Amino acid sequence: MQEARHSYLDAPYGIASWLLTKDHKRIAMLYLISITIFFGIGGLFAAGVRLELMTPEGDLVSSDMYNKLFTLHGVVMIFFFLIPSIPATLGNFLIPIMCGTKDLAFPRINLLSWYLYVAGALLTLGVVAGGGVDTGWTFYTPYSSQSSNTNVTLAAVGVFIAGFSSILTGFNFIVTVHRMRAPGLTWFRLPLFVWAQYATSLVMILGTPVVAITIVLVMAERALHLGIFDPKLGGDPVLMQHLFWFYSHPAVYIMILPGMGVVSELVAAVSRKQIFGYSFVAFSSLAIAILGFLVWGHHLFVSSQSIYAGLVFSIITMLVAVPSAVKTFNWAATMYKGSITWESPTYWVIGFMGLFLIGGLTGLFLAAMGLDIHLTDTYFVVAHFHYIMVGGAIMAFLGGLHFWWPKMTGRMYNESLGKVAAILVFVGFNLTFFPQFVLGYLGMPRRYHAYPAEFQVWNVMSTLGATVLGAGYMLAFSYLVYSLFKGALAPANPWGAKGLEWEIPSPPPTFNFDEDPIVTEPAYNYKPGREVHVG
Amino acid sequence: MANPATPLGSSPGANEPTVHHAVAGHAHGAGGHAQAHHPKLQHHFYSMEQQLEASTLGMWVFLVTEVMFFGGLFMAYIVYRTMYPDAWVGGSHHLNVYLGGLNTAVLICSSLTMVLAVRAAQVGSRNGQIVNLILTILLGTVFLVVKYFEYASKFEHHLVPGPHFDPTLPTAQQLFFSLYFVMTGIHAAHMVVGIVLMAIILVMAWKGQFGPDYYNPVEISGLYWHFVDIVWIFLFPLLYLLGFHGGPGA
Repeated sequence: MQEARHSYLDAPYGIASWLLTKDHKRIAMLYLISITIFFGIGGLFAAGVRLELMTPEGDLVSSDMYNKLFTLHGVVMIFFFLIPSIPATLGNFLIPIMCGTKDLAFPRINLLSWYLYVAGALLTLGVVAGGGVDTGWTFYTPYSSQSSNTNVTLAAVGVFIAGFSSILTGFNFIVTVHRMRAPGLTWFRLPLFVWAQYATSLVMILGTPVVAITIVLVMAERALHLGIFDPKLGGDPVLMQHLFWFYSHPAVYIMILPGMGVVSELVAAVSRKQIFGYSFVAFSSLAIAILGFLVWGHHLFVSSQSIYAGLVFSIITMLVAVPSAVKTFNWAATMYKGSITWESPTYWVIGFMGLFLIGGLTGLFLAAMGLDIHLTDTYFVVAHFHYIMVGGAIMAFLGGLHFWWPKMTGRMYNESLGKVAAILVFVGFNLTFFPQFVLGYLGMPRRYHAYPAEFQVWNVMSTLGATVLGAGYMLAFSYLVYSLFKGALAPANPWGAKGLEWEIPSPPPTFNFDEDPIVTEPAYNYKPGREVHVG
Repeated sequence: MANPATPLGSSPGANEPTVHHAVAGHAHGAGGHAQAHHPKLQHHFYSMEQQLEASTLGMWVFLVTEVMFFGGLFMAYIVYRTMYPDAWVGGSHHLNVYLGGLNTAVLICSSLTMVLAVRAAQVGSRNGQIVNLILTILLGTVFLVVKYFEYASKFEHHLVPGPHFDPTLPTAQQLFFSLYFVMTGIHAAHMVVGIVLMAIILVMAWKGQFGPDYYNPVEISGLYWHFVDIVWIFLFPLLYLLGFHGGPGA
């Protein structure tokens, strides 16, 4: 019956109707296309890095070129893929539906946020075309403000603009969750995805302005010769690092918290069970967001920070493990004695848990100040944050995409290929990054294009793993795109899952609900013996 | 199936307080509402109250981001002032307390006219809105003109950081003036945005769009205006009044 109705995808048609849309679902799709392009670009830079590291000699690219490769990989992946990934796509699509409303509170600002993203992204492409930038994604002064002769200003402006796109997304989510919930939808009936997005939005609005002003100061120093961080005038480059990490550490939680929200949804759905400890999972998101603002100093353990400050930051950093563990144990407890079905989202979500566990536990190693002095700026750090950001955030993003793809596009993808892709990504990922823990522990520093020959075997393993990982991503991309044209039409609720989004047609009509919903039940109100349509 | 067997709170019953759309996917605003709504009510809100609450909360959240934005600058100010207290007092003595004080008074008056404009919108006085908004714009412009003369004088006296900075002054004073220009410059940029915003509100007020049942654009623009004023209330003593000095400065 849904074929007879107008979905948001086909009413009305035309490029202009998409580029000027105020529909949160269409904006989510615009974001999805944009971030996929940037994921591909960032992946190409990563491929350059991994190919160079196949051999100990710096023989494929020059050291300057290598600096640009890892800088652009970081800038593109962090600011133009990971930060917008889940909030701007799944969040934009699902938050109004999960709140039982027709749209976000400010639809035009939502569209503006996408245009700001595109403007920032185009500037960054301009940087690539103009020969790249080599400061590392952190833009540390005085190198970025005085020494580097690459396109630092253009890259900084691009990141600055993209930052405002992120602020506007968070701002919209906060107001929507506060003011737009359907009658009966109390805070403690909200899906945990919404709680996680709310916590993420708090980080976005509180943190992003600080990196914006930091970038303004770096640009003022570089372009206008105002010596803010210039040591020659008595300025302090470490102040820049403090301001930068005050945002950029919480930004890690912008990347992982939405992933945790996705996992909470998926775990309950694939286990057909009420989430274990709902309020603990909900508040642990807020706890992570708050603690995340108090740990930035662990990036400055070796940057002349006092040992007492280091001690405090070290202890608070370890405290982040508490709410993270609350989530992990609650997911495990949810699955325990659940009716787990082995659908493709199940594979992605279990992959997430394994990788996030390793990433989180190695974070504790790095939080210990004494050990960090040995491991800082080595491949151990690189491996750790890739386990969180790629193993955690991207696995969760792809898991969520596989789970909600039928809802978003109205099409089913190939289930078997979905499982194969999840396994390929899991295996490829571990093969890429686990050897880097070993390399880092043995002392291989990050950001060099040449290294002692004894490290080669681990680097070759890593590059091989990256090839498998890339193949997994390509496979997922291929069958998802194929499904748009040839996939079977999706039923309204293919997984037999609970939630407002599964009660409306796939794909949803423009205003989501024909009748304004009134919520009478808690989230995840699964009962035994539910029917499942595919599997 | 559009709905599975066990709907989570979907309300198919006709007796529920629902807003029906004639056709799902209908363009918004083109009828289809069960009851008559205020013409300024956007399609995704239930009521004017919800719309007012959402836009007011939105402006407060936006102002939180602004506090964090300026907060980074104040942090840098605190760190450097603690490191170089003498250079800070010396730099402050080059600023013109009288012009700074005049600008403070100008902005406080503009906040008053802003409040009066909001009040005029609430009671439905079109003339009151127009007069007070024009006064607000004028006072904001006076502030920027005074600021222009202050900046020009800094250029004349070689107080702008960089190669032309007065070499007889301590180098750390360059840090003071770097922060002076960034902080007051970003504040002035916010003033320009505020004046443009007020011009838009003035046009809407001119067309008689605001009244007792719809005034939130005036109110939330006013919140922004007051915020920019308050930033100046912090900037003035922190920059101009260090180690009391009565002279005109440079």
